[in-house]
Amino acid sequence: MTSKLAADKVSAWYGTKKAIEDISIEFEEHSTSAIIGPSGCGKSTLIRCLNRLHETVPKARVEGHVLLDGKDVYEDDPVAVRRRVGMVFQKANPFPTMSVYDNVAAALRLNGVRDRKALDGVVKRSLEKAALWDEVKDSLGKPGVSLSGGQQQRLCIARALAPEPEVLLMDEPCSALDPIATAKIEDLIFDLKKDYTVVIVTHNMQQAARVAETTAFMYLGHLIEVGATRELFERPKETLTESYITGRFG
Amino acid sequence: MIRFNRDVRRRIKDRVMVVLALVCVALALIPLGSILFTVIVRGSSVINVDFFTQIQPTPCSPTPGVVCPQGGIANAIIGTFLLLGLSSAIGIPLGLLAGIYLAEYGRGPLVFAVRFFADVMTGLPSIVMGLFIFAAFQLLFPGFVFSAIAGSLALAVIVVPFVARTSEESLRLVPGSIREAALALGVPKYRVTLRVVLSSAREGIVTGALLAMARIGGETAPLIMTALGNSFVSTRLDQPIQAMPLVIFNFATSPYANWNALAWGTALLLVLIMLGLSIAARLLLRRRFRERRIGA
Repeated sequence: MTSKLAADKVSAWYGTKKAIEDISIEFEEHSTSAIIGPSGCGKSTLIRCLNRLHETVPKARVEGHVLLDGKDVYEDDPVAVRRRVGMVFQKANPFPTMSVYDNVAAALRLNGVRDRKALDGVVKRSLEKAALWDEVKDSLGKPGVSLSGGQQQRLCIARALAPEPEVLLMDEPCSALDPIATAKIEDLIFDLKKDYTVVIVTHNMQQAARVAETTAFMYLGHLIEVGATRELFERPKETLTESYITGRFG
Repeated sequence: MIRFNRDVRRRIKDRVMVVLALVCVALALIPLGSILFTVIVRGSSVINVDFFTQIQPTPCSPTPGVVCPQGGIANAIIGTFLLLGLSSAIGIPLGLLAGIYLAEYGRGPLVFAVRFFADVMTGLPSIVMGLFIFAAFQLLFPGFVFSAIAGSLALAVIVVPFVARTSEESLRLVPGSIREAALALGVPKYRVTLRVVLSSAREGIVTGALLAMARIGGETAPLIMTALGNSFVSTRLDQPIQAMPLVIFNFATSPYANWNALAWGTALLLVLIMLGLSIAARLLLRRRFRERRIGA
């Protein structure tokens, strides 16, 4: 079975500073993969290379290949790539001038869809998938930023799901949330992998253990170890991985 | 001799400085209050229907047996709004596009150069802008040196750098995470800028544009050599046109009593218009902060 998404010898720079070096990793379809590692190890940079968002930062540069269904995304149009590879960010970032409805409809509207019925359907379906529909169905016209922090993050997940991506990248999606909101989002991630390929960056090793089948450990810009989550946590092959998961550094 | 302990000395110092600061505030407010008071007292007597509907009267100072016509400044009101409208229509879009370039697209030395010259231009005496347009028209369109279009262009040259900088600042206040969120949805960059970033910064941009209009509404110097002034109502772009600051400038320095009175009235109306624009700008600004607080 070939992988849905794969990085092949990817390196990335911010100006002259190399953030990640020579990373190759594969992500299976309909699975959840976690990337863990201490702050500044390049986890976020790596997933930002997967949807070509890294290159939007001034002076940033990428080398290597990222294969989506076997085709290099760096030979495709970045806008088309980002429609297939959605992303949820660390801090909930709903569009401040838009209502709940408009936030979810944004991807389609901004790409020219005007049919109200089609939009209604997509908004409802996306909010349901993000487990937010019941909470906001009566306040779709309220500003997106008026929701609670956890609701805002699920709103952002709904917004990312609306254009029906194939892959969903999540960059520490729970780091700004309380345990109850975190639990909701983790349940959600568990459901999402039925339809999507999910890659989640997390600081929280328990979270990786709870949601991901595969876990990768990164350190100082290098990929140290990848494996089945259980395997990696119980019998790490590398001493670096072991020191990190036992809390000796990081 | 009285021995103060340290606490008392500090308290006295504090009081002295507070009083000093209050005195300075009062001193700074005196001229402002005096101007407003005088303008209202001397200007309000001519503000009536004639003031808005008549054009300027023949010059006249009362002598026994002669009643001077009051007249009005209809020609100047129409002229000022036309100049304001035209210069905003030219200057605001150009300034906004420059601001978008500076905040969203520009990289490297060109941005520094554009920003530097925009700052220099906002600091230039406005009469220089008038001279620039005057000279440019002398060379290119000598027949239209004194015209509404020349006046509008002189004012537009003031608007462009001002709006460019205020809209750049407003766009920079939009968090990068908003741009990234939109880009990550697979939206092309130009649409992200036009439909997401610009609308997130709209209050600041509108405020900047209103302040720019308030500024050029009171400009006299650039109009002296361009719009020139006109005793009659004119809406033609190729003809000289009257403006309220020009009325104040010409009528206040004239020896005629009825013209002097109109100058005071015009000053009052101009102050009210500028005040209205500034208040509108403040209200928009306040709304933006209120929205932020809800979001945080």
